[in-house]
Amino acid sequence: MERWRAHAKPGARMRLIEIRAVTETSHAQQAMVSSRVEGSRLTVALAGVWNSETAGAIEAKVRSLVAEGGTPGAVTLDFSQVTRLDTLGGALVRAIEEGFSSRGVPVERTGLAGAAQTIYAEVAEGLAEPAPPRPAPKPGYVQALDKVGEQMLDAKGDLVALVAFFGQVVLAAGSIFTGKGRFRLAAVVTQLDRVAFRAVPIMFLITFVIGAIIAQQGIFFFRAFGADTYVVDLVAILTLREIGVLIVSIMVAGRTGSAFTAELGSMKMREEIDALSVMGLNPVEVLVLPRLIALVVGLPLLTIIGDLSALAGGAVVAQIYGNIPIDIFLQRIQEEVAHRHVWVGLAKAPFMALIIGLVACVEGLRVQGSAESLGMQTTASVVKAIFMVIVVDALFAVFFASLGY
Amino acid sequence: MAQDVIISARDVVVGFGDRLIINGLDLDVYRGEVLGVVGGSGTGKSVLTRCIIGLVPKRAGKIHVFGQDLDEADDDGHRAIERRWGVLFQHGALFSSLTVKQNIQVPLREYLKLSEPLMDEIARLKIAMVGLRPDAADKYPSELSGGMIKRAALARALALDPEIVFLDEPTSGLDPIGAGEFDTLIRTLRDTLGLTVYMVTHDLDSLARICDRIAALAEGKVIATGTMADMVRHPHPWLRSYFGGERARSAGIKG
Repeated sequence: MERWRAHAKPGARMRLIEIRAVTETSHAQQAMVSSRVEGSRLTVALAGVWNSETAGAIEAKVRSLVAEGGTPGAVTLDFSQVTRLDTLGGALVRAIEEGFSSRGVPVERTGLAGAAQTIYAEVAEGLAEPAPPRPAPKPGYVQALDKVGEQMLDAKGDLVALVAFFGQVVLAAGSIFTGKGRFRLAAVVTQLDRVAFRAVPIMFLITFVIGAIIAQQGIFFFRAFGADTYVVDLVAILTLREIGVLIVSIMVAGRTGSAFTAELGSMKMREEIDALSVMGLNPVEVLVLPRLIALVVGLPLLTIIGDLSALAGGAVVAQIYGNIPIDIFLQRIQEEVAHRHVWVGLAKAPFMALIIGLVACVEGLRVQGSAESLGMQTTASVVKAIFMVIVVDALFAVFFASLGY
Repeated sequence: MAQDVIISARDVVVGFGDRLIINGLDLDVYRGEVLGVVGGSGTGKSVLTRCIIGLVPKRAGKIHVFGQDLDEADDDGHRAIERRWGVLFQHGALFSSLTVKQNIQVPLREYLKLSEPLMDEIARLKIAMVGLRPDAADKYPSELSGGMIKRAALARALALDPEIVFLDEPTSGLDPIGAGEFDTLIRTLRDTLGLTVYMVTHDLDSLARICDRIAALAEGKVIATGTMADMVRHPHPWLRSYFGGERARSAGIKG
């Protein structure tokens, strides 16, 4: 702080302006450096314009001069031919001075005057403190092992955070039943509109196409055995048990999970979450619970729509490719496909919803100050949610298989 | 000594929709001065600044910077002019995903071919010049206080040793001591580096302490330019209430 005042000399400005005006007119836009040896003294003569324009061109020459200069008895830096100097040029000249003085060679400056003197003094003062030492880079294999270890700890941290957050959600939900918290119907309905209602067209479309693809592949395969009608079993059981809920969950993770993370993350960045806390409101109860409830209600509803439209897609393709009329298709479903397949599929939906919502909200609340962090957390949210959805689906498959259901 | 005009604006008109914010404005900025631009909210101080630096299009008029018409300059010409000025935005506008050092090096990387060690040296120098501690270099903007963000942003604005710096409310959001230090810093840098400073401000202390000249905006025009004494004597009602009030007296301005 002190050093600013030291330079605030009246009159210095006027002198500077004149010098600038003179140097502007000279067109020697080039920096030059040369050196000569007189006895044990090395004189480095600087000339021309040393500024941001010329620093790049002269840098290599400066570095080689310092490298080849050896250890003379003394070094003189002659500024007398310098027509213009700014802080970038100054930093470069300073590198010559540093280079020699670090080898114990005394360096003196001559020919410094006017603006160049003021600026060089500023540069020398700014760079007077030695650069903080950089930690030596670790060898490659250590870095690799470090990274693996960090990732493992991160994964553990993620799991702990998820469980801890689930605990907070349960507490917040409990506070509604004990009357301490409030059930926010308006927020739940708003979220339900965004999560479920507005997602209907895209879910309908994508599951319709998936159903059609399964039916088409099935028809080609079963036709070889003359068992065309089995395609109905294939489409119905596969979509009702697995594909319907899986596709809908993945779509919801991408569509809604990312939105939750981005919303909560930007609220975190702008301290809105802190604002809620200091008003005595629980952010989990106000922001997270309505979103989770909307997801847990909405995802099974979307799954029903997805199942129906996948069957519709299958039926259309069966009619066109397999010559299986719609009434035969429906009749076969009624006769051959047990109700339990529907329930197995639908039973998974609320769990998927809970996982997507928890992951999205945890990641959102982890956002730090920067825009980059928001992007990273949003990506992490979608990737983790989809991964978890598939893992949970696999666990359910094992569970239902061992029940024989 | 003849005064060397570094920015000149003539008959500038800027508007949004059917509302004219700036209507026939003339302004000269002289080399080496600290010009303070004042005006009530909504009189177009920021719009004028953004117009000069090319972020807001103007409807009519001419703006010359370094004697060159900005409308006639081609892309290369614009780049050449842009590297000769630095801008400190009101909230710093540091890139949040880069450290302070990397922020300062962005213009260096963009415009110059320098080696990494030299760029590190330059960043270290700029950090010292704006009065930040050396360990601020590797911090991210979210880890800095408001005053440090302003200083880091100033260091970035000064990265290429510009001839003009535009400061948009440099002392807003700083405590009075921090604001005073920032004013002193700007004046010192002006004196040592020969900068021209164009400063939009509401801070009467800054105006009184470091501005050589003040330009007051109202009704889409510059209604007065001159020293603090000229402002105080001016009959315009807004200037009378701005420079004649209780706040002005506490800033040491005598009416």
